[in-house]
Amino acid sequence: MSKILVIAEHDSKTLNASTAKCVSCAGTFSGLEIDVAVFSTNGESLCTEAAKLQGIRKVLRVDAPVNGDPLAAVLAPQVAELAGEYTHVLGPSTTFGKDLMPRVAALLGVNQVSDIMEVLGNHEFRRPIYAGNAVLTVKADDNRKLVATVRTASYKACDTTGEASTESVSPQCEIPTHTRYVELKAQASDRPDLQTASRVVSGGRALGSAESFELIYDFADSIGAGVGASRAAVDAGYVPNDMQVGQTGKIIAPDIYFAFGISGAIQHLTGIKDAGTIVAVNKDAEAPIFEVADIGIVGDLFEVIPALKAKLAT
Amino acid sequence: MQKILVGIKRVIDYNVRVRVKPDGSGVVTDGVKMSINPFDEIALEEALRIKERGEASEVVVASIGVSATQQQLRTALAMGADRAILVKEEDAVSPLTAAHVFLKLIEKEKADLVILGKQAIDDDNNQTGQMLAALWARPQATFASNVALADGKATVTREVDGGLEVIEVDLPAVITTDLRLNEPRYVKLPDIMKAKRKPLEETSTEELGVARTGGVEAIKYEPPEARSRGVMVEDVDGLVQALKDRGLF
Ligand SMILES: Cc1cc2nc3c(=O)[nH]c(=O)nc-3n(C[C@H](O)[C@H](O)[C@H](O)COP(=O)(O)OP(=O)(O)OC[C@H]3O[C@@H](n4cnc5c(N)ncnc54)[C@H](O)[C@@H]3O)c2cc1C
Repeated sequence: MSKILVIAEHDSKTLNASTAKCVSCAGTFSGLEIDVAVFSTNGESLCTEAAKLQGIRKVLRVDAPVNGDPLAAVLAPQVAELAGEYTHVLGPSTTFGKDLMPRVAALLGVNQVSDIMEVLGNHEFRRPIYAGNAVLTVKADDNRKLVATVRTASYKACDTTGEASTESVSPQCEIPTHTRYVELKAQASDRPDLQTASRVVSGGRALGSAESFELIYDFADSIGAGVGASRAAVDAGYVPNDMQVGQTGKIIAPDIYFAFGISGAIQHLTGIKDAGTIVAVNKDAEAPIFEVADIGIVGDLFEVIPALKAKLAT
Repeated sequence: MQKILVGIKRVIDYNVRVRVKPDGSGVVTDGVKMSINPFDEIALEEALRIKERGEASEVVVASIGVSATQQQLRTALAMGADRAILVKEEDAVSPLTAAHVFLKLIEKEKADLVILGKQAIDDDNNQTGQMLAALWARPQATFASNVALADGKATVTREVDGGLEVIEVDLPAVITTDLRLNEPRYVKLPDIMKAKRKPLEETSTEELGVARTGGVEAIKYEPPEARSRGVMVEDVDGLVQALKDRGLF
């Protein structure tokens, strides 16, 4: 009997959307049972939420005082211990999953399949490499446990009409004390989350300053969009790091993506290739962003944005 | 602290437009510019700065790769590393094998801190540092954008999806670098000359007694599904019309 364990991601209050996307991915394997593990200090409401994920068999509630913070060194031995019963262990390709899952894989003595974008068989997958310049099909040994991360932009969240049961478990293992959580410095924002927003507006180096970036926020707010940026805009300090879209930032799949003053470097494009419609505004008619844009306009963003905002508002 | 070990991987330069071979057996590497993985350059820069602040006495760089990887190690020596180790391998090794090799090097070198790139821009795996930390049973501080060392501990700021996370880890530990940790220095010509005299030792996985771990086999390489070029509109009216035509507004 084959079984998949999905590791839930959350912020102690609600599940991250990546969890429902991992469950969707798990649902494309054949003939497997899917369980979801929730690690926290008091997982009651998180487990109630997880129990609704469509297609799962049960939720494993792993409450422990040490599980309050998402520390890979603390969680990995517990996941590895729970993994005993399972043939597959999946986590999201978010910074949480990228940090945790390879540590789990090493404890289990196996290699990991990173960033599954398509399941071809229970041990055969497609994944992007070279910043999305190539897609690699890999085959994992079916005699070993499979540890993998799921490229969440490739999957839609599963439905939440399920009624799975919850079981409390407490894996017996030694928890290291060499790693301590200090704090999360997050900028509070009422805007839609970049990773789940259906509309995203991004700005690049062309904005020139943090002040000018207000233009992007302002337009985004007028259409209810999340806000992203190129690496150049983050490096220059116009916006915080968590807004970077691309190979080494966030991989997103909104219905519509606006790129203002972004040249379209391959490292940026790999983060938006699953977007529904890409709109590019750039001064330079030769900018590579136009090779992938569905709608392009050669122009100065400082003129286009106010005009566009006004016209869409009417 | 005595020694920092830094991982260096030879990869296709990030400016090269990578192409898949027509037979799907890999990507084109003939005549293609090879460089140090950008995240590893950042790792080395960080190690050098730690040493220059007097917080470490030696920086050792190590790579697993073909003979030609000597070029990247020489560049690393020119940047300021004290010594280099090349673990010669004709074929690419898996992240878990690489982690086992580094564990052996840690034992041999008695390293107090290991700094690796968070991912290599070829396979984009993002695994080796975390695996090494697990095998070593030591802390990992991945995706670092700031590192401060004091009293046998490292306080590391990490770039995470939700913002910037700060953790504190006991040393020894493994740190993996993100883009904004630092800006690597340029190599100067006299340093390239000096680097030629710095020691570069060669060994192999066999010599180190590391067994390879496979289990994830590459079957086929394909070009990505291309997005096609769309329409160009003349002005904002045209843009609004195109958006409305698609039912997006
Ligand atoms: C290892 C590695 C990882 C990377 N990861 C990422 C990543 O995750 N995400 C990412 O984005 N990048 C990443 N990069 C960087 C990437 O290669 C590019 O340097 C970056 O995306 C460029 O950002 P940009 O398009 O904002 O800036 P530029 O390339 O400088 O482009 C600015 C554009 O703005 C246009 N412009 C200027 N003024 C105006 C105006 N007034 N109106 C309209 N258009 C204007 C210009 O014509 C130009 O096309 C990575 C690089 C490396 C080496």
